[in-house]
Amino acid sequence: MTKVTFPIIGMHCASCAKLIERQLKKTPGVVTCAVNYGSEQASVEYDEAVSSTTTLADAVKASGYTAVVTSEKNKSQDDIKEEAKKAELSDLKTKVVISGILSILILLGSFPEWFSGVFAAIEPLYSWLAAPLTLLLLTIPVQFWVGKSFYQATWSGLKNRAASMDTLIAVGTTAAFGYSLLTTLFGPQLEALGVPMTMYYDTAAVIITLILLGRYLEAKAKAHTSDAIKKLLHLQAKTARVVRNGKEIDIPIDQVKKGDIIRVRPGEKIPVDGTITTGVSSVDESMVTGESIPVDKKKGDPVIGATINKTGTFLFTATKVGEETMLSRIVKMVSEAQSSRAPIQRLADVVSGYFVPIVLMLAVGTFVVWYDFGSSTAAFVNLIAVLIIACPCALGLATPTAIMVGTGRGAERGVLIKDAEALETAHKINVAVFDKTGTLTRGKPAVNDILAVNGAKEKEILTLAASLEQGSEHSLAEAIVAKAREAKAELLAATKFRAIAGHGVAGIVAGKTLYLGNRLLMDKQSVPFAASEGQIAALESQGKTVMLLASGQRLLGIIAVADTLKPEAKDMVAMLKKLHIAVWMITGDNERTAQAVAKLAGIERVLAGVLPEDKATKIKELKAHGRVVAFAGDGINDAPALASADVGIAMGTGTDVAIESAGITLLNKDLRSVVTAIRLSKATLSIIKQNLFWAFAYNVVLIPVAAGILYPITGWLLNPALAAFAMAASSISVVGNSLRLKGAKV
Amino acid sequence: MDKTIVTIIGVTAIGTIYWFFFGKKEEAMEAKSSWDIAVEGGYKPATITIPSGRKSTITFTRKDQNSCLEEIVLPDFKIKKFLTLGEPVTVSISPTRPGVYGMHCGMNMFHGRIVVV
Repeated sequence: MTKVTFPIIGMHCASCAKLIERQLKKTPGVVTCAVNYGSEQASVEYDEAVSSTTTLADAVKASGYTAVVTSEKNKSQDDIKEEAKKAELSDLKTKVVISGILSILILLGSFPEWFSGVFAAIEPLYSWLAAPLTLLLLTIPVQFWVGKSFYQATWSGLKNRAASMDTLIAVGTTAAFGYSLLTTLFGPQLEALGVPMTMYYDTAAVIITLILLGRYLEAKAKAHTSDAIKKLLHLQAKTARVVRNGKEIDIPIDQVKKGDIIRVRPGEKIPVDGTITTGVSSVDESMVTGESIPVDKKKGDPVIGATINKTGTFLFTATKVGEETMLSRIVKMVSEAQSSRAPIQRLADVVSGYFVPIVLMLAVGTFVVWYDFGSSTAAFVNLIAVLIIACPCALGLATPTAIMVGTGRGAERGVLIKDAEALETAHKINVAVFDKTGTLTRGKPAVNDILAVNGAKEKEILTLAASLEQGSEHSLAEAIVAKAREAKAELLAATKFRAIAGHGVAGIVAGKTLYLGNRLLMDKQSVPFAASEGQIAALESQGKTVMLLASGQRLLGIIAVADTLKPEAKDMVAMLKKLHIAVWMITGDNERTAQAVAKLAGIERVLAGVLPEDKATKIKELKAHGRVVAFAGDGINDAPALASADVGIAMGTGTDVAIESAGITLLNKDLRSVVTAIRLSKATLSIIKQNLFWAFAYNVVLIPVAAGILYPITGWLLNPALAAFAMAASSISVVGNSLRLKGAKV
Repeated sequence: MDKTIVTIIGVTAIGTIYWFFFGKKEEAMEAKSSWDIAVEGGYKPATITIPSGRKSTITFTRKDQNSCLEEIVLPDFKIKKFLTLGEPVTVSISPTRPGVYGMHCGMNMFHGRIVVV
């Protein structure tokens, strides 16, 4: 036995509930059943072997109602939405085609003064078409079948004392249709009363056709504004090859658990986030991070779900599944950003709350003024034109569509934008502050210089130093070993290795007693180094950490290690300067080291020796002069500064806390994306401004024109059919303009 | 004569429209942390009151075929949901600051308010 509860649509009284209940009880397999009119739900207990939710739905349908059965549990909300949209589009298409054909016939029949000559050969048929009763019959399906949705929406809105776009269309076309209906049915009587004998069947039909055509095109265009999210969701792998009980089995992605061991072959998508346990490969992460060069991965390296494995086969442990994966978090962040409000939208928000009722009042006012000072025919035509031309849709679409396309475009380029406000503010940035370590620099020390002394060879120095340090976990030691590997130096075995705190290390390599460390260590071992003091000081003035290598009491060489600047940092600084943005560097390092790095990057303004907790204060000080400040950082200690900046920019490689606090996250690890984000913000804002200007200007200019304000000067009146065309074109153009962002250069 | 009649009717109509749409009085209601809102020609109820500092859930059920109402947006909480006809959709929000927050349909035509106390 299975019990299901599902909503039912279409009940309008308690007896409907009884009717459905009876029908359901008659269905084979149903044991108990209760339909609640209040909650509009049915609860049914049934035998799964005999019946299914589909048969239950059919039974409800047979009694004339609709059951919303979610038997398709595995369908995501987006799939359901997609299907609903598709169905809506195809329904709209049918209606547009039929109402288009009918409207053409109605137009032909409505203007015998133009068309009777054209159709002289089939005169009897044309006379029939032009007869008022024929026109009435042709208009009825357009007005009441095609235009049904306008009435439905108007009615449910009125019950709630609310009005929308549909209210305007329904009132406008009903006026045109109703008046024509009266003249068709009671022509002679009305003529005797002096009422003008004009018919507006063509107006009603053409308006409905054009508005629906507009809606169809708009819906099609609007579907593209969420392309970025669709693309991201599409990246998700469907299955994973999990090793369970020694066997490899393919299972759906949503059944993968944390800790599962998963095998990935070349060319396959990595299903979830995890850490490699066996094997090496290179992975194309461009789809998630925007980073175009494949990344080499070995044991212990993290892998990201939805990225593509290029060369090798490997096993990895799933560490993040479901909603925790990086892809899911990106999708969530992008869709949240797309749902947020941009401050620039505020005025449009306020206006849209009052728009429709005000237009209704304006339309009545237009009618009265024209009736009193003009003709009753003009009064009527202008009333309809005012109702039809008003386009609140363009106002409603102006900002959100641009934000959707803009944030989506950012995501494609590896620039994650947290909310519309960050996107809006980024174009106003005039000060950009960068944290040094990990943001401007790689955050990892690397060997910069090797200077040989007393006849030693550079390679020899590196080999000896690396051999000595290979057992150490110190970051300086790692830098030296990494450099030796890069130079393909063969490391030798080291014995009697010991670390001397605050000094350096010592040990025996290839029979030589080696010392590697600072000046203190050399002094302690009585190694003379005065002759090299000049070189040492010069390296230190560049912000480097200097280590001296001695064999016994003979100095062999100098190794300088420094955190290196990211290669693109200098480019980025130059680009920002070109955009007239002042670039600052902030760091806890001493002035000398800070200045050395800043000089390499081309930064003149440096805040050195700033304690982590004071970074936020410094940002606030910079903001105090009315400047719009962006701060880019990556560490946990950067979070307060990221939050206090006008725009916080976190590095994608940074900590979660930093990403949480930032408005913008650069997933692609490329500093130049700071410029991309600013350019994207500029492009989006300019589109929003164009849209808002267009939407406001359109209504502010054309509503008075439709009301006939130009008539006394130019003699112009707006044809209602033309008004319908303008209104449909207006909202499509706003969506179309937003879609231009897809091709914007950022 | 007819002009006078039309003018009087017109002015009355304008007044009625104003009263009908802008004269709505919202009843004061007590704060609850769980609300059901019917989406039918707008939001019923259009104003809800929820307590601050804890999680509240709002369940929307769209009963209106009008595609204008197919999306619900709570911009201050970065929530946008597609409302499948007849299917309840629940959103959770945890506002920390008292105030009046807006909600509206995808095209910003129908509006509701969330009062946080």
